[in-house]
Amino acid sequence: MNDDGGTFDEMFDGSGQTRPAYAEYCRWFDEQPGEVLKRKNREADDTFRRTGITFNVYGENEAEERLIPFDMVPRIITAAEWRRLSRGIEQRVRALNSFLYDLYHRQEIVRAGRLPERLLRANDAWLANMVGFTPPGGIYTHIVGIDLVRTGPDEFFVLEDNARTPSGVSYMLENRETMMAMFPDLFSRVGVESVSNYPRRLARSLAACVPPAFRGGRATVAVLTPGIYNSAYFEHAFLADQMGAELVEGSDLRVVEDRVQMRTTRGYKPIDVLYRRVDDEFLDPLTFNPDSVLGVPGIMDVYRAGGITIANAPGTGVADDKAIYSFMPEIVEFYTGEKPLLPNVQTWRCADPDSLAYVLDNLAELVVKEVHGSGGYGMLIGPTASRKEIKAFREKLEARPENYIAQPTLALSTCPIYTRAGLAPRHVDLRPFVLVSPEGIDITPGGLTRVALKKGSLVVNSSQGGGTKDTWVLKD
Amino acid sequence: MLGRTANGLFWMFRYLERAENTARLLEAALRMALTRDIVAAEAEWRSVIATLGLQQAYEAANEGYDGLSVWNFVLRGPSNPGNVRAMFGAVRSNARMARINISSDVWEAVNDNWMKLDKLLARPVGQTAVGEVLGAIRRAGTQVHGAFDGSMLRDEGFHFARAGTFIERADSTARILDMKYFLLLPSLSYVGSSLDTGQWEQVLRSVAGARVYSWLNAGQIEARGIVDFLVLDDRFPRSLAFCRGALRECLGALARAHGVEGGCHALMRDADTRISHLSVDQIFDQGLHEFLVDFLARNAAISRAIAEDYRFHA
Repeated sequence: MNDDGGTFDEMFDGSGQTRPAYAEYCRWFDEQPGEVLKRKNREADDTFRRTGITFNVYGENEAEERLIPFDMVPRIITAAEWRRLSRGIEQRVRALNSFLYDLYHRQEIVRAGRLPERLLRANDAWLANMVGFTPPGGIYTHIVGIDLVRTGPDEFFVLEDNARTPSGVSYMLENRETMMAMFPDLFSRVGVESVSNYPRRLARSLAACVPPAFRGGRATVAVLTPGIYNSAYFEHAFLADQMGAELVEGSDLRVVEDRVQMRTTRGYKPIDVLYRRVDDEFLDPLTFNPDSVLGVPGIMDVYRAGGITIANAPGTGVADDKAIYSFMPEIVEFYTGEKPLLPNVQTWRCADPDSLAYVLDNLAELVVKEVHGSGGYGMLIGPTASRKEIKAFREKLEARPENYIAQPTLALSTCPIYTRAGLAPRHVDLRPFVLVSPEGIDITPGGLTRVALKKGSLVVNSSQGGGTKDTWVLKD
Repeated sequence: MLGRTANGLFWMFRYLERAENTARLLEAALRMALTRDIVAAEAEWRSVIATLGLQQAYEAANEGYDGLSVWNFVLRGPSNPGNVRAMFGAVRSNARMARINISSDVWEAVNDNWMKLDKLLARPVGQTAVGEVLGAIRRAGTQVHGAFDGSMLRDEGFHFARAGTFIERADSTARILDMKYFLLLPSLSYVGSSLDTGQWEQVLRSVAGARVYSWLNAGQIEARGIVDFLVLDDRFPRSLAFCRGALRECLGALARAHGVEGGCHALMRDADTRISHLSVDQIFDQGLHEFLVDFLARNAAISRAIAEDYRFHA
């Protein structure tokens, strides 16, 4: 349901009235002198540059670092909305873990005829050497990011599950720090749920998953990064710093006496839990990509022998490609015995001939995505694409239909951003961050709001010019 | 602490020190060139390039020795991979690598100054801007050291960073002294002549010691006094004796923290026995140049031993 027949704006209703969630914020906003807001807006950029919160852009000058633009108008979610969302997220993440366990064990869901076996066989993220192995604590996805979009007051959809190595949590934390530093008075007027203990919760969650070889005392946790040229290096360093964990690269690690150990100034020291921010295929050159210098030769053998915990577990990517996504409603129902609380976006699987025919007939209205794509690359947005682009995509689709899914172009909700001309609505999505450990599922209230800065644009990815906002969940 | 991180801290501070020393060397030459005739100025710029060991690379890219060419080559020359702009790049990438072992204050001081200097050095540096640029480079060092002293945990990372600082500083002071001495050799018999005094004063300026030296010596400039000051006076923070003392402290702290000594400690003790109780007369008797060459070799050997003892590399 949309107020003007098109887009749902989260701050203002169709008649221009402020919605209740934003009432106090808007009162505060109207009291601020325009000059002060302008100055604060400039200051925000300097703060981010000075603290070095940058990301590297692929395909450009190797050393180029960019800021993800930050917008100083918060995105606000009420306590009631959040309760509903978090129940749905919790259910979905529980199902994802049961699904992964099942896939690498008896595959009951395939036997029950609820998921076609070819989806597993054709899946590049499937790891044969995870079959029959249970990770420490039975946890596959220690850290999950669930991408949500909104189209109306009560209409939230899951757009994507990120079960491999979701990134962006450092922006959630730094955006809040920046907002509190810029507008302390605002936080004394509006009660906002805190996000700042995420690193502590992450550290606790990881330490709860120690491997059988753990000898007691304080668990040694390390963050594995591809290095300072990786686009998310800032985040890797930030999380390691905040957790009090070591930040390691492949060249620091070696298998010594059946443990993965890091080279310290005092010699080699075993790691209990490795929060890896490198992809599966680079993790172990002996098992996967033999050219990888980012990983640790032999780590998979140590893992299977109980010498280390890897978070997220290798092979979890099988659960988050877009072909599996289209089965998530069945998956949730199969493992939880409940109806999904959060719906999927309607999805056509192009592998299915009838769907393919429909998609080809309606390319100009649909969003078509690669099954394994990410970051907004390799997709077609029908309504904004040129005729030439559509034609080129049609050929790709016809050549490898099983490589694509299609979705309707959603009227994503908007939230205003601050511009020199005042507030202006822009489309947003939301990525809440979820921690999973044997102690339970822990969802940080809020998450990362990504915002398309170009007027009318639906692409919120930072690699394509999107920005971020601080995300508030109001206290009851 | 990871060996790789220790290496990052050590080199972060070596490059920071190197950038600062290079700026001082250029500042001193700049002042000298302004007060001399063209021939003397050219000799001065030539000696800057020689002190930095850049003759070959410089002469391959430039026709003659003039200030503008020299400082641009040293600060930002594309055919000089060890230019000051690149040094600051190395300071920052080492700081990023060691990010979780330095405080936010230190990181912000590094990052802030890197942004500023990278922009200042993106274009050729002209006559009117060079003073400002050199000042900015010196201040960058001061700010990072200030943040470092005020906010860093006194753990092994602190000592690796300081070890890097003092190894680099000793190297720099010894090189400047050696080069000037070499240039001044023919005039040693004219100790006290006006050219000579100017040249020796120049040595002091290059290591920021001119004012304090003349305060200590009531304005009397002479070779032995200066060598005594720059080599043996452990009150002056850029003298060889001071750097050795500070390095000795760092290595001692590391040995205490680790409960064990390594090869670097043995080399340090050996080097100490060669410099302690030495008088300036003895140094001149054995030959200042020979003394400095020996000092530089030992300094480099200690640096290599630190890297090995503390597993900087796989």
